[in-house]
Amino acid sequence: MMNCREEKNKRSAPNLAVDIAGIHLRNPVMPASGTFGYGEEYATYLDLEGIGAIITKGLSLKPKAGNPTPRIAETISGMLNAIGLQNVGVDAFIKYKLPFLREINTPVIVNFFGNTLEEYGEVAERLSDIPEVAGVELNISCPNVKKGGIVFGTDPRAASEVVALVRKNISKPLIVKLTPNVTDITVTARAVEDAGADAISCINTLTGMAVDVRTRRPRLANTTGGLSGPAIRPIAVRMVHQVAQAVKIPVIGVGGIMRAMDALEFLIVGATAVQVGTANFVDPGAMAGIVAGIEEFCIEEGISDVRELIGSLEV
Amino acid sequence: MKNYKTMVLSNQEISPGYHRMRILAPGFDEISRPGQFVMFRVQMSLPPLLRRPFGIFRTGFLPPDCDGLPPKEYLELLYKVVGRGTGIMSDLHEGDRVEVLGPLGKGFDTGNPGEEKILVGGGIGLVPLFSLALELTKTSKVRLLMGGRTRDDILAVTEFERLGVETYVSTDDGSLGEEGMVTQVLQRKLDKYPHAAVYACGPLPMLRAVHDICAPRGTSLQVSLEALMACGVGACLGCVVKGRGHSEENPQLLCTCKEGPVFRAEQLDWSNLEKEPDYCEGCAS
Repeated sequence: MMNCREEKNKRSAPNLAVDIAGIHLRNPVMPASGTFGYGEEYATYLDLEGIGAIITKGLSLKPKAGNPTPRIAETISGMLNAIGLQNVGVDAFIKYKLPFLREINTPVIVNFFGNTLEEYGEVAERLSDIPEVAGVELNISCPNVKKGGIVFGTDPRAASEVVALVRKNISKPLIVKLTPNVTDITVTARAVEDAGADAISCINTLTGMAVDVRTRRPRLANTTGGLSGPAIRPIAVRMVHQVAQAVKIPVIGVGGIMRAMDALEFLIVGATAVQVGTANFVDPGAMAGIVAGIEEFCIEEGISDVRELIGSLEV
Repeated sequence: MKNYKTMVLSNQEISPGYHRMRILAPGFDEISRPGQFVMFRVQMSLPPLLRRPFGIFRTGFLPPDCDGLPPKEYLELLYKVVGRGTGIMSDLHEGDRVEVLGPLGKGFDTGNPGEEKILVGGGIGLVPLFSLALELTKTSKVRLLMGGRTRDDILAVTEFERLGVETYVSTDDGSLGEEGMVTQVLQRKLDKYPHAAVYACGPLPMLRAVHDICAPRGTSLQVSLEALMACGVGACLGCVVKGRGHSEENPQLLCTCKEGPVFRAEQLDWSNLEKEPDYCEGCAS
């Protein structure tokens, strides 16, 4: 016989599942690309079937070495990174990394980028008929490489062009990740929506810089890097709020989420799901705690479906 | 490996700027190997945001109390205060809550029993060599060549001696042992024991000098590297070093945290190893 509390919990176990462009997520929590390797790195620390989706490190057509070290520097409540999109390349990913993910009952979303417009199109094509890939996330926002990445993300016309090309080459759900390093993020958001994006994730890192005053050298070999962590969360919340009002497609909120309360902020301003990044480095089990915390919050607040929270901001 | 949510058992300054911390870690000894490391975090504290990597000095058991409870298993860190993170660590007391993720990475290959072993440590680099010596002295003759700037940087020598390790100390200023570089001593020892296997941990210039001595002789060399890292599990790619045969087209980047921190010398591209900045740990401004 169940005691009173168990019975109450059972009755009020809230629905945490959400849909992003046709991808069914058991809960709205997934890793941010580049902080979770190819998934297997975290398998010892986290139940990969307890999160909503797995998002891979950004992939390119050819393997990429990335930037020289030092590549990371801690700052107040944040970290700068300039990894430079080091990755194994799309073919090695399919051959060596995907077989592990195939065994995991969680949607796999592949993040990718190109050095040129043609490369974006080609990577999309190679991913288009891989059944284990539930969807793709298009990176047009990396601040740490000269070619590709942010070049496409800061110019609405270029963004629109690359999204349209990728859209043509792949029928899978297409998420586009936006950079905050622009004057008005809603302009890019509308451009990629019009070009055929199914969802938007924002924000990528903010360009930053730190200096070692004794050597007078930048603390990153790349001079500048992308700032992530709790330091950027208020900016991310504001931008997600703006984007969610500007577009009709779902928005995935990213930026400095460390705890369930942080994730809830993003849902309330209009995000359908969230990505957790830097927190995975601090605590490899962080996402499990965030999922549990969201569930607990719903129970406490008498919310039967997490979707009730989406865009529930009172102003 | 796992994430221990645990507490400090003791934390003492043993030489100016150097501390030893014992942390309660049940079952740790069984799963760890000499040369592995942990990612340490002061619980419920922001900043610092990121964990800090530390070599494992040793594991052991506290003598049982009169309370009849089983002896407490600990892991011991020996660390140098170089910045904000280690500064906060140095203020911790018995009972303070901490998190330790580990053991992480690949440890030392302990080689063949009976083979002569030479350990080369520079300053704080002796830390993983102590847990290695605990293992090696069971079956091999072990010699330690320990170098530092001054006598304050020469640590735990008597503990090595208690294990039966023959120790040779050198300091830059001659304030303890021989004046000069630890590598001069290495040359002499290898002349005398040409078949010894060498294990080294310390600043990169020292490791490079050790490699330059060992490579032409064909001496087996394992080195333990230090690097800035955010995660410790191979995801952030902050701590990569270039492997032998690395090129832009065919990248061979090794994660210090996962493929290391111990590498065989021949795995690395020595001409392209990048020196980590001096604020390696103390980077949180």
